[in-house]
Amino acid sequence: MSTKQTVPFTGTPQQAEQLYKVIEELKDQPGSLMPIMQQAQEIYGYLPIQVQTMISDATGHPLEEIYGVATFYSMFNLNPKGKYRISVCLGTACYVKGAGRIYEKLQELLGIQGGECTADGKFSLDACRCVGACGLAPVMMINDDVYGRLTVDELPAILKKYQ
Amino acid sequence: MELLNIKINGREVSAPSGSTILEAARLANIDIPSLCYMKGINEIGACRICVVEVKGAKSLVAACVYPINEGMEVWTNTPKVLQARKKTLQLMLSNHKKDCLACVRSGNCELMELCRQYGVDDAHLYDGEMTPSEVDESAVHMIRDNSKCILCRRCVAVCKETQGIGVIGANARGFATHIGSAFEMGLGETSCVSCGQCIAVCPTGALREKDFTEEVFAALNDPEKVVLVQTAPAVRAALGECFGLPIGTDVQGKMAAALRQLGFDKVFDTNFAADLTIMEEANELVERVQNGGVLPMITSCSPGWIKYCEHYYPEMIPHLSTCKSPQQMFGAIAKSYWAEKMGVDPEKIVMVSVMPCTAKKFEIGRPDEAANGMPDVDIAITTRELGRMIQKAGIRFLDLPDEPFDHPLGSGTGAAVIFGATGGVMEAALRTAVETITGETLGKLDFTEVRGVQGVKEASYTVGGLTVKVAVASGLANASALLDKVKSGEADYTFIEIMGCPGGCVNGGGQPQVPYGIRNFVDIRAERAKVLYDLDASNPIRKSHENPDIQELYASYLGKPGSEKAHHLLHTSYVARTVNPKF
Repeated sequence: MSTKQTVPFTGTPQQAEQLYKVIEELKDQPGSLMPIMQQAQEIYGYLPIQVQTMISDATGHPLEEIYGVATFYSMFNLNPKGKYRISVCLGTACYVKGAGRIYEKLQELLGIQGGECTADGKFSLDACRCVGACGLAPVMMINDDVYGRLTVDELPAILKKYQ
Repeated sequence: MELLNIKINGREVSAPSGSTILEAARLANIDIPSLCYMKGINEIGACRICVVEVKGAKSLVAACVYPINEGMEVWTNTPKVLQARKKTLQLMLSNHKKDCLACVRSGNCELMELCRQYGVDDAHLYDGEMTPSEVDESAVHMIRDNSKCILCRRCVAVCKETQGIGVIGANARGFATHIGSAFEMGLGETSCVSCGQCIAVCPTGALREKDFTEEVFAALNDPEKVVLVQTAPAVRAALGECFGLPIGTDVQGKMAAALRQLGFDKVFDTNFAADLTIMEEANELVERVQNGGVLPMITSCSPGWIKYCEHYYPEMIPHLSTCKSPQQMFGAIAKSYWAEKMGVDPEKIVMVSVMPCTAKKFEIGRPDEAANGMPDVDIAITTRELGRMIQKAGIRFLDLPDEPFDHPLGSGTGAAVIFGATGGVMEAALRTAVETITGETLGKLDFTEVRGVQGVKEASYTVGGLTVKVAVASGLANASALLDKVKSGEADYTFIEIMGCPGGCVNGGGQPQVPYGIRNFVDIRAERAKVLYDLDASNPIRKSHENPDIQELYASYLGKPGSEKAHHLLHTSYVARTVNPKF
């Protein structure tokens, strides 16, 4: 998982206030770290170092413990999602049909690693498992649009549609 | 205590209720191997090396965490068990950098020893992709090489549970799982306090101190340099372990002889500076008590504790004694008083210290630790590094005669040598402070209330009509609990001793590693501390203020404790730090 922060943090005082309220309510309950992290992700959309540090400072949990949880569970994101969320299926059928090359090419075209978001906030890139369209392998989705029987050469034109 | 009867390998064994299979087997003189298990600290049953067969259980169970029950039947050595352990070792080796020939832990690696025992000679069959990792050299004192990590999490447990810090943990999951810090920061960027306990408990070569032995050899071979060495009290209680001697063997005399053979120009003793510390610290305490200064005063000998205080309790910094640690006092005096006395240019002195500690490597580079316009101490090496130097130089350590330290910075009292055990600084300070305040000679010198390996100790003494409440803590989680009591006003101590490592310096992060299979049953803190208390008892001078060379130092050079000159050379300052990054 990429840990690089590709998009500047733009949290607001209102969001911080919301987060501290959640922490105040939950922090004395045993095992409350994950619920706090889930709610923090709902407030901010993701869990950058700034948010994890706020949780650490307010709960006393070491920052590393929070980061360890955040990188263990795939539901937690260290980077925001873009306006256009690209998911490349790396399930078995898509993979044998060359989805790995699609994924690599997208990283190259967008200049980001999987799990990251472009600096302008437009595209985020993730790998996913089977979207239920194995007959169309290899498959990727951009938000709700499905692209099947993909080749590497088609990718620049597809991305251009969203620029 | 209720005893339960079980059968291990067909033999009847009685063991206390609540014992694990591993503990019960030990009572029957059977060792069950373990890697991740640290009694009371890391009981997670994760590594699966300790698996055994239990009658009626559907699979092998982890003996380190499986409690016994009446009538249980256990087999520890069946082909199924041995095969499972071997397979686990093969899997570990498949993701392990096998540069065992030159690895710093070659010879005392717990993984290597198990592989030898279980005949894992086919690890090459499992060569393949390894978890990507980078060597972390960002900290001043240590190196982490995750390609040798077996994910036992002993370092994680000691950092979080024993030290209450938790700057390392397991990141990511599955094959990508690795030990690291938040957001993959280097250890040097975190609030790591440099205590080195993680190194002391690591079973492999994944964690090691930064090695400065080549720098020491280079200095020793430079004819222009005057190379001085000082050895901390706790080193003599553990160095023998590097040469196969039993835990708790005193090698003070052999150590001095070995250092002389290595070529040091003068073989001195940090004990001298420990006595000096007591003079300054006792004086500071009396001044604080008499002039309404900040109390309780807290000792400042342990650089791991100091860094912890700066990160986690910056508001308590005014409580810290301004005294430098003995290591630093020694260097400052060697490069001023001793250099002047001997007519040596201090620029030519290379001050080497041998310490049971990795935080000492951090301490020598701190600001305000360079009283003579140059670092007080130039190179700090650990007990382990000295052991390696002696081996490399081909010195037959066990056959060496006992030799004394050199004069005058090699003399130390019984009060100084116990600095290496938790409670020792407190006891040494009490011996001097009580006599200073009352003007009377102490009848009994043993302050047994502050001895022993308990994490927190308290005592109260009446001195010259004054009640003095003292507390002693070792291990930083214990220190934290004590400090919280002070902050809340629940406790009103006059004087507190805190050591960063549990048990004090004898169990420091720079001491020889003892396999946890032994540590789970032998308290190395107590065994090593006994060496120091025996040295104290047999020393004709047992009070710091009675050290004649210390008296001479004050009479001819420093004036009196707390003088302007003493302040310049022997006292320091601290900086507030943060736990997490600030945005």
